[in-house]
Amino acid sequence: MFVARSIAADHKDLIHDVSFDFHGRRMATCSSDQSVKVWDKSESGEWHCTASWKTHSGSVWRVTWAHPEFGQVLASCSFDRTAAVWEEIVGESNDKLRGQSHWVKRTTLVDSRTSVTDVKFAPKHMGLMLATCSADGIVRIYEAPDVMNLSQWSLQHEISCKLSCSCISWNPSSSRAHAPMIAVGSDDSSPNAMAKVQIFEYNENTRKYAKAETLLTVTDPVHDIAFAPNLGRSFHILAIATKDVRIFTLKPVRKELTSSGGPTKFEIHIVAQFDNHNSQVWRVSWNITGTVLASSGDDGCVRLWKGNSSVEELLLYVDTLEFSLRNVNSEIF
Amino acid sequence: MEEFDGEPTVTWIPGVNSQKKQMCFDWGPGEMLVCETSFNKKEKSEMVAGCPFIHIIRKDIDVYSKILRKLFNESHGIFVGLQRIEEELTGKSRKAQLVRVSKNYRSVIRACMEEMHQFAVADKDSAIGRQFSSQVSILSAMELIWNLCEILFIEVAPAGPLLLYLLDWVRLHVCEVDSLSADVLGSENPSKHESFWNLPGNTQTLTELELRWQHWHEECERHLQDGTFASNPHLESLCKVLLGDDAALLEHKELLSNWYHFLVTRLLYSQPTVKPMDLHLYAQSSLDLFLGGESSPEPLDNILMAAFEFDIHQVIKECSIALSNWWFVAHLTDLLDHCKLLQSHNLYFGSNMREFLLLEYASGLFAHHSLWQLGVDYCDHCPELGRVSLELHIERIPLTTEQKALKVLRVCEQRQMTEQVRSICKVLAMKAVRNNRLGSALSWSIRAKDAAFATLVSDRFLRDYCERGCFSDLDLIDNLGPAMMLSDRLTFLGKYREFHRLYGEKCFVDAASLLLSLMTSQIAPRSFWMTLLTDALPLLEQKQVIFSAEQTYELLRCLEDLTSGRPLCGEPDAQQLQDDDIETTKVEILRLALARNLARSVIKEGSLEGS
Repeated sequence: MFVARSIAADHKDLIHDVSFDFHGRRMATCSSDQSVKVWDKSESGEWHCTASWKTHSGSVWRVTWAHPEFGQVLASCSFDRTAAVWEEIVGESNDKLRGQSHWVKRTTLVDSRTSVTDVKFAPKHMGLMLATCSADGIVRIYEAPDVMNLSQWSLQHEISCKLSCSCISWNPSSSRAHAPMIAVGSDDSSPNAMAKVQIFEYNENTRKYAKAETLLTVTDPVHDIAFAPNLGRSFHILAIATKDVRIFTLKPVRKELTSSGGPTKFEIHIVAQFDNHNSQVWRVSWNITGTVLASSGDDGCVRLWKGNSSVEELLLYVDTLEFSLRNVNSEIF
Repeated sequence: MEEFDGEPTVTWIPGVNSQKKQMCFDWGPGEMLVCETSFNKKEKSEMVAGCPFIHIIRKDIDVYSKILRKLFNESHGIFVGLQRIEEELTGKSRKAQLVRVSKNYRSVIRACMEEMHQFAVADKDSAIGRQFSSQVSILSAMELIWNLCEILFIEVAPAGPLLLYLLDWVRLHVCEVDSLSADVLGSENPSKHESFWNLPGNTQTLTELELRWQHWHEECERHLQDGTFASNPHLESLCKVLLGDDAALLEHKELLSNWYHFLVTRLLYSQPTVKPMDLHLYAQSSLDLFLGGESSPEPLDNILMAAFEFDIHQVIKECSIALSNWWFVAHLTDLLDHCKLLQSHNLYFGSNMREFLLLEYASGLFAHHSLWQLGVDYCDHCPELGRVSLELHIERIPLTTEQKALKVLRVCEQRQMTEQVRSICKVLAMKAVRNNRLGSALSWSIRAKDAAFATLVSDRFLRDYCERGCFSDLDLIDNLGPAMMLSDRLTFLGKYREFHRLYGEKCFVDAASLLLSLMTSQIAPRSFWMTLLTDALPLLEQKQVIFSAEQTYELLRCLEDLTSGRPLCGEPDAQQLQDDDIETTKVEILRLALARNLARSVIKEGSLEGS
C-alpha cells in the first residue's frame, strides 16, 4: 500500500522538524546541530540537498516555508531565544550548475527571553506575517509591510498566554466570515496550569487579538495543534496532540446572540479521541483538503485518520493505517 | 463516534534504531516525510552517532503506474460520459444505458488485469512479479464485487433470471464451475436438464418455470426414496446434489472454490427461482456452512454479504476501508447514484457521499504530473464541493514548465477562478523577478492583473535601463497594448519605450511631444525626470528646432521644479540636487540648452515662412 525509501539526512545531531514547501518540491530540515538544510526534488523524483547552513546558536526546533507568493522564504526558531527569516538568493551560474543555492538571513527576531518553540506563517491573505511562541508564554505576531523588503519586520502583537507555549496554529480559512484566528497549545506541566489550549481572535474594532476560547477539557500537556483546511464549512476543526489525539469542532455562535464587538463565541464539541498510540502524541498534521489527519506518538507509529463524511455533518474517523519505525527484514523495500 | 472496523494495515519502514521511537513528519502532495527525532526538549540531546535518515513514504502505485494510468484515463472517459447521459431517458432505456456503463467499467478493469497478469507471469519469481500478482488479485476482487453490484443493483435482476446472472457471475470468476457442471450434466435425464435451462425467461413465466422445476424436483426425490440409485453410491450422491442437499454438496467442497460458489450451486439445485429479497438468507447460511467455523470471513466476504443483503451503504463503507485506492468506491458510488439508489437508501450523508468519494479520488490525481487534468473533470461534476476542492488543489500543482503553467491557468480562467489566477501568476512573477527575468515577470503580472506588482517590475525595468542604458525584453514592452493601462508605472514604461522608438525612427517632433507629456501628465515618477530631461538634450541640440517655445517653457518649469528640491506629496524620492556635482553640471548644461532652444524657437516662430 505504501512504500518507503530513505535518504541520509547528513545532520550531525537530531532532526527536530521537517517541512515541505507549498508545492511539495522542496523541503527543509532543522536540527540540534544548529543548521537548516534545504532539499530539492529533481524531475526524476530524487531529493538533493541544495543548501545547508548554520542558522542559530542553539537547537533549531522548527522550520517553516512562507507561501511562494512571497518568494522563497523560510523561518526558523530556536533554543537560542530567537527566530529568523531567510531568503534564497539566486546564485551565480556556477552555483546553479553545482546544484547549490544560497540563503541569507533577512531578520532576526530577538524579543523572546526564552526558547522559541514554534514559528508559523499566517495565511497568505493576511500578507507576510508570522507568529512565534515561546517558553515564556508569549505569542508574538510580526509583519513585513513591504514584501519586497524582507529585512523590515515589525512586532504587531504580543499575546500573553500565561503558560509556557509549545505550539501554534493559524486558522487557514480565508473566508470573510471568519476573523483571523490563532490557536496556542501549552505543554506546561505545573499543577496550576489549566488552559492548555487557547484560541485568540483578531478584533477589527480594537485592532487587537483577544482570547475567544479556552478548551477546558484539555488538561494534559499539549505538544502540537493544527487547524484543518476549510472546504467551505461554517465551523472550524482543530486537532490536538496531547496524551492522545483529539479533534474538536468549533461552531461560531451567531454574533447577534453575543455582545457585539467582543470575540466570537464558539460551541465546542469533541468529535474524536484516539489513544491508539498508547502514549504521548507529539505531532498532528492535516492533508490538503482536511480529510485525513496524521499523528505521531511515542510508539514509533505515524497514524492516518480518515474522515468518513464531509461538510456540515460531524466527522467520523477511522484509523486506516499506520507506519512504523522498526528494524525490518527485506520484505518491504 | 464510530468504532473502527478491522485492524489498520501496517507499513514498516526500514529504520535503523528501534530505540528512537518518536517521529516528526510532514505531508506533501503524494508523499510524506518522516524523521526520527526526540521530543524531550528540556534536556540537551547527547550527540548521536551516525546520521539520521529522512524517510519518504508514498503510495506504492509507482511500479504499475503506467498500467494504472490507462485505467484512470479510460475510466475517466466513462465517468464523464456517464455525467452527460440524457436525463430524460427513463425506464428500460435508461437502465440499459446504465448497465452498459457498468459493463464498460468492468471491461476496463479486466483489460488492466490482463496487462498486469502479463507482467506477473513474465516476472514470476521476483518481488516485483509478486506485487503484480497481488495487484491482479485485487483487481479481480474489484471486478467480482462490481459485477455482483451490477446484477443486484443496476440490472436489478428479478426472481428467475437472477440465478442465471449469478451463475454467469460465478462462472466468470471461478473456473472450476465447469468441472462440476460437467459432472452434473453427465447424470441421468440430461434431456430434462437441457430443456430446463433452455430459457432465458422469455417464453415461460416465472410460475410456469417454478411448476416445471417443482415437478422435476419431486421426481428426483422419488427416485432417491425408491432407492433407484442404491446400487451406485456415486449416482446416489449425485442425486442428492441435484436435490440441493447441503451435506452432499459440501462433501465435494474441493470442487467449490468459495462460499458464493457454494451459494449459487445450492440455489441452482434447491431454489432456482430465488427472489432477490430472500437472497441474503441463503448467502448467510452458505457462508456459515462453507466456513464451517474453521475460519472467519475476510473483508471480501463481508463486502459480498453486504451486497446480498442489498445494503449499498455497507458495501461502499467496507470497500472504502478494504481498498487502499479510492478509484473503485468513487466510480461505483457515482454509478449507483446515477441509478438513483443512494437517496432511496436514505443515507446519513445523502448525495454528499458521492462527492466525498469522487473528491478523495481526485485528490490523488492532483499529485500526479499529468493526471491532474482528469482531477479537474471530477471536481467539475461535484456541484457542491467540487469548486472549492479544485481551488485548493490547483494552486498546489507544481509549475515545472511554462507549458504546464499555461495549462493550469487556462483551467482557472475557464472557470472564473480569478483568485487562483492571481495567486499562480504572482508566484510565477515572483520567481521570475528573483531570477531577474523581468520580461517574464511583467507578463505574469499583467496576466494576474496585479497592478502593484506590475509597478514594481516596471520600476526594475527602468532601474535596469538607467544602469545599462538599454532595455531588455523590448518585444514585450513594445507590444503591451491595452495592458499598459494596468498601472501608471507600466504605462510610463510603455510610453517611455515609445519615445525611444520614435527617436530611433527620427520622428523627432512626436518624440519631443511625448517626452514632455510624460512629465506634465505626472505619469513619469519624479525620480526619473532627470533622465527624461537628459534625454531631451539631443533633441535640443539638433540643427532644426524641435521643441516649440511653449514646450521649452514647460521644460524649464519642470527643471525648476526638480532643482528647487520641492518634493511632491506622495513622492518620497525627490532628489536633492544641490549636493551632487555631476547633477549640478547636468543642470547647467540643460539650462544652457534650454535657453538656446528658447531663443531659436522664439525666432523661428516669430519669423515669416521661408525667411
